Amino acid sequence: MKRNDVFTFAAVLALLAVLPAAIYPLFLMKVLCFALFACAFNLLIGYVGLLSFGHAMFFGFAAYVSGHAVKVWGWPTEAGILAGTGAAALLGVAAGAIAIRRQGIYFAMVTLALAQMVFFYCHQAPFTGGEDGIQAIPRRPLLGVIDITNDTVFYYVVLAIFTFGFLLIYRVIHSPFGQVLKAIRENEPRAISLGYRVDRYKLLAFVLSAALAGLAGATKAIVFKIASLTDVAWQMSGEVVLMTLVGGMGTVLGPLVGAAVIVSMQNYLARFGEWVLVIQGAIFVTTVLLLRRGIVGEIVAAFARRALRRGKDTAQDAD
Amino acid sequence: MFELLGVPPQALFGQLLLGLINGAFYAILSLGLAVIFGLLNVINFAHGAQYMMGAFATWMLLQYFGVPYWGALVAAPVLVGIFGMLLERLFLSRLYHLDHLYGLLLTFGLALIIEGLFRQQFGSSGLPYTNPIPGGANLGFMFLPYYRAWVVAFSLFVCFGTWFLIEKTKLGSYLRAATEKRDLVQAFGVNVPRMITLTYGFGVGLAALAGVLAAPIYTVNPLMGSNLIIVVFAVVVIGGMGSILGAILTGFGLGIVEGFTKVFYPEASNTVIFILMAIVLMIRPAGLFGTQR
Repeated sequence: MKRNDVFTFAAVLALLAVLPAAIYPLFLMKVLCFALFACAFNLLIGYVGLLSFGHAMFFGFAAYVSGHAVKVWGWPTEAGILAGTGAAALLGVAAGAIAIRRQGIYFAMVTLALAQMVFFYCHQAPFTGGEDGIQAIPRRPLLGVIDITNDTVFYYVVLAIFTFGFLLIYRVIHSPFGQVLKAIRENEPRAISLGYRVDRYKLLAFVLSAALAGLAGATKAIVFKIASLTDVAWQMSGEVVLMTLVGGMGTVLGPLVGAAVIVSMQNYLARFGEWVLVIQGAIFVTTVLLLRRGIVGEIVAAFARRALRRGKDTAQDAD
Repeated sequence: MFELLGVPPQALFGQLLLGLINGAFYAILSLGLAVIFGLLNVINFAHGAQYMMGAFATWMLLQYFGVPYWGALVAAPVLVGIFGMLLERLFLSRLYHLDHLYGLLLTFGLALIIEGLFRQQFGSSGLPYTNPIPGGANLGFMFLPYYRAWVVAFSLFVCFGTWFLIEKTKLGSYLRAATEKRDLVQAFGVNVPRMITLTYGFGVGLAALAGVLAAPIYTVNPLMGSNLIIVVFAVVVIGGMGSILGAILTGFGLGIVEGFTKVFYPEASNTVIFILMAIVLMIRPAGLFGTQR
């Protein structure tokens, strides 16, 4: 890990660890769940260049599976979350195998269509509770000892889950595997001619992203005690795109920042009803037109420009 | 009355007709998407919202200005088309030098804004629109409502009219040339930016036209577009965006398949097009009529 990154992450983690003193923990857990979801999405768009417009299928399906496992089968919380994550990974294998056959714009359309298929499945399947969803999912003690009915305690568990997912993604994108992914993003034909089996790399990245989106969804189901059709609907896929776009696609911290911005916005604007949709749309349009690098991306770029200027200044001084 | 494959013929042909009508909407919408994508390299996510705007324009023209259906059939697509051209000039034209994905994201945002505004104004329960051609004919094996027959016939006319315009006229040849080599066409003195604006307006107008046709069949509803557009994306993936006739054929064909599914296995009627999409991607990733690009 780069030294700068270690400092940044430590600072962010320290901030997240003290935040429950100031902010309602349930809200923070929501931010972290969506941040993990956005990080998973960002792995695909930022490092493989694949825009998935159907990530809600992993998020929502995992929420259903973990909710059902915990509530109906009476599984322990950790087993339920793992079951949701596993189910999302399996779904990722199936959806990924189909979707990676097309690139670019078609990939977005294919993932959107596949997610809609999962939506209709969840709407009709008996185990999801149809329009009602799965409600009143119990919060059983984690590992049999940690009492997660207390929101503050549960917050630190969710923070641990987020940190795990975040560091896993960080590790992956800085591994040789991640380098190959970036090579595919930059120039796929060249990566193929270098002998990489591009489809396998893409599929593996897709499954990893699906599994982590599932981890986020499963955790969210336990936190809010509910899994519903909202979680699998296409609007949810759009929201995760928006979070990542606002925070900065292809930046490590962007999804966290974007999730915090969008979730807080939704919280404050909830009473305005349909205007939330309009405002979200307006943010989409503004970000695409004026702020394509996202919040974190713009900050990084500003620092880079400053460093460049300073580099020039010192070079002149040396003359 | 006789039965076909264990299903009463009224039900079978009724669903088939409904499938044909849905197919007509798929065809018109995917045609518009293909024309826009060909020249602008933008997948117009707002296409569903613009279809919805067409239906609302029809309703509003009648409600506020007393313009009947037949007037709206011309006025609504023109109005929504002009709105589309404004969007293209104001927003889309700033993104052509970027990755195609930004066009998708921008039009997605526009779709959210439009849908949100209409939901804010009209709620999401839907508004009725009176059928302009009531009644129907009993054909013996089924009852054929006149309006539905009109929709199918007129949609076919619109589709083949578009095909003729693009494939057989001088204007269409400019369009096809600009799709292939934009710079070269510009060098010959054709005003390509204006052509792009007009093409986007035309595609949007087509979507609005489908909305006008849909208004008397389905209730006019702010959500009617967003659910449809996802199916149309699947239709586009199945057909590929290379050929106009391919888009028409795929649209109508999939509508009929969907209609049949509603009769024989209703549980899968929502998903059958997505399942077909998955199968086509496995066998022929470029789509039935497409070329990999």
